[in-house]
Amino acid sequence: MPKSFIQTFLNNYISASLIATIALLLGVSIGSQSIPFSSIWETLLHQFFHTPTNVPATVSQIIVAIRLPRVVLAFLIGASLALAGVAFQGLLKNVLADPYTIGVSSGAAVGAVLVFFFQLQFSILGRFTLPIVSIIFALVTLLFVLLFTRLAERNMAMETIVLIGIIINAFFGSLISLMVAFSGEELRQVISWLMGSVAMRGWSYVSLFVPFFIIGSLGLFAHIRELNAFSFGERVAANIGVHLLQKKLAILLSASLLTGGAVAVSGTIGFVGLVIPHMTRLICGANHRKLLPLSFLYGGTFLVLADVVARTIVSPRELPIGVITSLIGAPLFAILLFKSLRRKTGST
Amino acid sequence: MIDVKNVSYRYDEKQVLRHVSFTVYEGEFFGILGPNGSGKTTLIKLLSRELALQQGDIFVCGQHIETYKPKQYAKLIATLPQHTDVSFGYTVKEMVELGRYPYQSNLFPKWTKEDEQVVSDSLHAVTLAHKQHALLEQLSGGERQRAALARALAQQPCVLLLDEPTNHMDVAQQFKLLNLLKQSKLTIVAIFHDINIASLYCDRLLFLRDGKAVACGTPKELLNESMIASVFETNMKRYEHPVLPKPLVTFVPFLEEPMNDVLWHVNQNETMVVIETVKPFKVLSSALVGGGTRWATTFVNRHVPLDYRCDDAKQEMIQFLRQHGFDEQWTVGMMTAVCVNDVAFASVHEDVRLFVAVTAGVGNAVDSAQAWRRTDIIASPGTINTFIFIDAHLSEAAFVQALMTATEAKAKALYDKQVIDPQTYTIATGTSTDSTVIAASQQGTYYEYAGTITSIGKQIARLVYEATQTAIDRYRKRKGDIR
Repeated sequence: MPKSFIQTFLNNYISASLIATIALLLGVSIGSQSIPFSSIWETLLHQFFHTPTNVPATVSQIIVAIRLPRVVLAFLIGASLALAGVAFQGLLKNVLADPYTIGVSSGAAVGAVLVFFFQLQFSILGRFTLPIVSIIFALVTLLFVLLFTRLAERNMAMETIVLIGIIINAFFGSLISLMVAFSGEELRQVISWLMGSVAMRGWSYVSLFVPFFIIGSLGLFAHIRELNAFSFGERVAANIGVHLLQKKLAILLSASLLTGGAVAVSGTIGFVGLVIPHMTRLICGANHRKLLPLSFLYGGTFLVLADVVARTIVSPRELPIGVITSLIGAPLFAILLFKSLRRKTGST
Repeated sequence: MIDVKNVSYRYDEKQVLRHVSFTVYEGEFFGILGPNGSGKTTLIKLLSRELALQQGDIFVCGQHIETYKPKQYAKLIATLPQHTDVSFGYTVKEMVELGRYPYQSNLFPKWTKEDEQVVSDSLHAVTLAHKQHALLEQLSGGERQRAALARALAQQPCVLLLDEPTNHMDVAQQFKLLNLLKQSKLTIVAIFHDINIASLYCDRLLFLRDGKAVACGTPKELLNESMIASVFETNMKRYEHPVLPKPLVTFVPFLEEPMNDVLWHVNQNETMVVIETVKPFKVLSSALVGGGTRWATTFVNRHVPLDYRCDDAKQEMIQFLRQHGFDEQWTVGMMTAVCVNDVAFASVHEDVRLFVAVTAGVGNAVDSAQAWRRTDIIASPGTINTFIFIDAHLSEAAFVQALMTATEAKAKALYDKQVIDPQTYTIATGTSTDSTVIAASQQGTYYEYAGTITSIGKQIARLVYEATQTAIDRYRKRKGDIR
């Protein structure tokens, strides 16, 4: 397949890192108050190395306390969702699969809505009640899905997991609708949470998400060869000596940690896990050795830029970031789907 | 190498394997055959550990298969599935690299020079090295299957399991893949659908039927008509491969309707005698065109002048047949210098119908017992051409015996007519260029044998003896007239 210049350029860790860095800088720079790159640079140096700085305290406050955590959180969540997407697609051998297909995100969302609905506040958890309950719900949902699949079929065939994911999504979806219908004045908060946002989370949310992010990412990067094997089907994977159950569980668990954690701190942000792996696959092919790290970088970049758009397009008001990703993602996804269908039928 | 002991397997209600036991030896090409639903694929799935054993034991290299770790087992046994799902966006080489998985450690996998070398060797073995950077979806079905085989080879296994490896391949691709496997010297256990391909490539076969191991042995032992009829519930005929000592089988698609009363027509003119049968006859002959065994409808005995000489008589004869509108694929053609108007016919219609046509010239009569005394090398025209048509079903052996019987009858006719070998002055047994055709309709009564004392042999001998004598009389009479 002859590759275009753009493909060659993007199929490269240095280019991808460069693009990610520019996106991060833009993310910090753009906002209700524009901040030049030089001020960002000075402030960062000051923070880490205590170099003298001329940046006004209010500006550096905006950078450090508001913009930076927001942009970093957006990057981590984008990267997580993209990684989880790659993992589910590789494992489920289904190019249309995403972190939401197996129902983990619905589980997390149900947990969050429950917190809103019953005004839950555990004193030990404090203000982290919402994210921790979400993560627990995500994990419980995952365990339920796996247990249910295993009961239904000893082999844990991928089709079964997808089907059970659909059942869970449908059930939890209506559960959320039911709670929203009963909630009345809380309605607006729940809906805006459901649409997803990385606004006003601060470093505490970043630090809460980071452990899950690190464990989940490492878990997936350790299973690159298994993901390649699963892409050829479970039979092939088993034939070359992949311990099916063990590796499947490890991959599903890692991907669910990433998804559950992301949903907990930022709500349901759709399409990142679908669009980014697809786009990256067009650039570098299907081999996870390259697909996984590149999806990581481009996923983060994508969500940072989407957040920039979300807070500037109808300034001073902000859109939920999920609206932006869906607006960009859905048409792009439609095009990708169309292309892959055309390729399948053999026409050009 | 592989010991399967008393293995049974059931899917819920359905028992698919019942007490199957067999042994595969090292380096063997072992074929599994059986009708659909006989449990072949289940057996392969048990061997590849895709399914867990329910009852019975399987030992590989002396060790129970359940004691192997997945990676250990993958180094020992590689499986080439019937169909490999193609994942979009992978290159051929990336797929083959998967085969090195069992050799890499879990935590810090390292890609070594040896891994690279094995992948390269595997790609070369399946002759796909030039396409290693092509995407899998750009390959043909046969190439994909070969890529999957390269992946299996990269596992450096001792045993290769194949589930109908040549499914969906054209003939050339099939043989390319199978030749490759045969050369690999691996122990191979393969499911086959095609009995003949299995016979050609396998050292031993296992027949499964209703989940039971019906028979196990070499193709020569197993491929007999009654065995195949009982395993596959279909009527097949066995025959031999033309160049290899391997049995082949073929189907009898439907029962031929019996032929009508008229079985053959005779047309005769100055240049040839043509006998045409209404339906094809199976023929064993020493004829110039269409000699050996074949099916034919047209039998031509052509008159050529005494001085006929041609470097490539067969080609010239084919040209002649074409000019006269005969399809040489369905024709048995002979030449004679004798005047074909002197042809002698004899027929009988008792138990079976027989018809014999003989042209005889004895100018170059030979006594076979004394022929070694003769010094001439090039045969000059003489020629007794004998056509024997039998409306019966003859076995292969019966064809040969019919030929013997006819020859003996001919020799006796020459003896009784006192035909003398002009060089040795002894009684001749034939001429130097005699030819005989045995043609049978292969319907009706079945004859295992056709020797001189069998009912059919008696008739053949009698008709040949009579017709040959008549033909010699006519030949002598014409010679006398000319003188």
